[in-house]
Amino acid sequence: MKRTARYHRIIGIAASTLFAAVTFSQNAVADRLEEVQKAGILHCAVVPGVPGYAFPDASGKLVGFDIELCRAVAAAVLGDADKVKTTKMNLPTSFGALQAGEVDIITHRFTWTFSRDVGTGMNYTRVMVWDGQGFLVRKSLGVKSLTELGGATFCLASGSTTEANAADYFRTHNMDFKSVTFSDMKAAAQAYNAGRCDVYSTDKFGLGARRLTFDDPSEHVILPEVISKEPISPMVAHGEDHWRDIAFWVFNALIAAEEHGITQANVDQMRSSSNNPEIQRILGVTGKFAAKLKLSDSWAYDAIKGVGNYGEIWDRHLGPNTKIGADRGLNNLWTNGGLMMSPPFR
Amino acid sequence: MSATVRKIQPAQPPPVGSGTRISWLKENLFSSLWNTAVTLLLGWFTVHFTLTVIDWALIDAVWHGESADACPRDRGACWAFVTARWQQIIYGQYPGALLWRVHTAFALALVLPFAFRLARGRHQAGIRATVLVILPVMAMLLLSGGILGLEKVPTDQWGGLMLTLVIASIAIVFSIPLGLVLSLARQSRLPALRLVAVGFIEFWRGVPLIVVLFAFVSMLPLFVPEGRNIDILVRTVIAFAIFNSAYMAEVFRGGLQSVPRGQYEAAEAIGLDYWKTMGLVVLPQAIRNSVPALMNTCISIFKETTLVMLIGLSDLLGVIQLSLEDPDWLGPTHIYGSAYLFAALLFFVFTYSMSKYSLRLENRMNVEH
Repeated sequence: MKRTARYHRIIGIAASTLFAAVTFSQNAVADRLEEVQKAGILHCAVVPGVPGYAFPDASGKLVGFDIELCRAVAAAVLGDADKVKTTKMNLPTSFGALQAGEVDIITHRFTWTFSRDVGTGMNYTRVMVWDGQGFLVRKSLGVKSLTELGGATFCLASGSTTEANAADYFRTHNMDFKSVTFSDMKAAAQAYNAGRCDVYSTDKFGLGARRLTFDDPSEHVILPEVISKEPISPMVAHGEDHWRDIAFWVFNALIAAEEHGITQANVDQMRSSSNNPEIQRILGVTGKFAAKLKLSDSWAYDAIKGVGNYGEIWDRHLGPNTKIGADRGLNNLWTNGGLMMSPPFR
Repeated sequence: MSATVRKIQPAQPPPVGSGTRISWLKENLFSSLWNTAVTLLLGWFTVHFTLTVIDWALIDAVWHGESADACPRDRGACWAFVTARWQQIIYGQYPGALLWRVHTAFALALVLPFAFRLARGRHQAGIRATVLVILPVMAMLLLSGGILGLEKVPTDQWGGLMLTLVIASIAIVFSIPLGLVLSLARQSRLPALRLVAVGFIEFWRGVPLIVVLFAFVSMLPLFVPEGRNIDILVRTVIAFAIFNSAYMAEVFRGGLQSVPRGQYEAAEAIGLDYWKTMGLVVLPQAIRNSVPALMNTCISIFKETTLVMLIGLSDLLGVIQLSLEDPDWLGPTHIYGSAYLFAALLFFVFTYSMSKYSLRLENRMNVEH
């Protein structure tokens, strides 16, 4: 008994030391923006491994959707989209690195959930991809819908929201469900391909890409059901409100740019000749928005000039002309029936 | 009792039919009907297997191409991926114009054992120590740059085989002396020193390497805010060196304990102090006895470097794994298979040379005739 009490005290002291250390190190960076501008480089954490989002191109440089988001923020803050340092991390290390101030922003596709937002010392910025969990089966199974999959075996990545979602779905529908879990979605896909499971499941923008790696891609179909909401959003550290504002409005500017038809190619012309008041405010021709963010007037102009508008980024990395071939669906602008909408620049 | 042969017997011809290749075959492979059948069956399997592998890996393989389309499902190995990404697999993102620096650095590393061996004569120890310090320092300066007008290459551009070799060699070079000191401290007569050494060794042997790596890379900045300014590669290498020094210490302890008690006593009896006893009598024997286990640990360090993939460094395996995520290379499974096979071959070449070198070292150091 006594021993246990002492243990608890020791653990308590250790925990509070850790907490103090964490608080101290977070306070050490009072203003992220100043810190980034002083360093002259933006540190982004990305988690490579999802085709289309972050991967090395033929020259070894990391490219992809996630990288563009990082470059957009760098362009807005530092005036140059190339002033980024992308650090490859995995889920636990990236959360730790963000809280320790080692990276300024995570632009990886992490699903926005309650417990990640509230419990972990991080803040989400805004949803940049609306994804959802889909399912892939062999055509020979003759299955047309998820409801026919009672008792089937699923290949899944462990620890992801994928596993929990599938378990929830099958429990609520009173169906049996067996899962074989793997370290990552690639391993799960390979196991499915080798015949270990009847079903492979991950976010639906990943399913099509994985199907390309199977022995005979035409033998597999993606089921129509999407069982979960997967809002994907970049993250900044909790408590850095001003920094979060900057990231939030940079991403909004990319979406608003698409809505107003501002592209990488015509942004100069738009800045000099557009008489649309909102375009003028976004591009810093009128208004004091930049000063409120403590950025230069050309912040949004630099971002759009550096990476293009939201639709351009999508087309470049995920769209129908890429091997990912993702259908925009919910990621269309609100004017096209999607969910992508920037709050007004007013 | 003993008969002494005074006259050397003239050589006799070998028994008829023995010692020739045909007779060896007859005796060992075709001595009975059953043996003949087994020989033929296994022979057929071997030939068939070898031909299949050669066909897959060489004849039907795809050697060049820009994307997965070059490697259709019905073809053999896809070396096109390896050739297309060759520079990254070997050097990471090290700037192409500066590759001569990598080559020179590794040439220096290769020269080191020879320079070490050639050092002879009165200043042998001095020359050896200088070589041991100067060559690695020169190699590292060449790689990182930033002085003498050499352009600085940040470590996040290091990768591939080069990074694997850098991590492994620094970890090995630092963990050996550290381990030796630890093993001596563990044998020490001073209780405090002994206790510290035992504690250190048992702690680092008791935690998994991956935990140590995570602690150094993700936790360090949580405790020490300045920690985030320390280069991730430096943190990784320190973690590797400290972790493996504990294993090295135990290797040397084995070596030390294999030296008979009488050697210590004899050394003391002729009036040698502790350092001379160790330096002249005990350590030369202990180290010689440690070589096989030492090389064993070195090989495992080399293979453990693949863990750095998990903390965001792109070693040989990491580069391959990441590059396979390029949508251009999404395709049939045998693309992955070929890429990983290539990594395995590279690893084998290095570990096999290490074990060959170990054998030569053992032979050279072997003074018992």
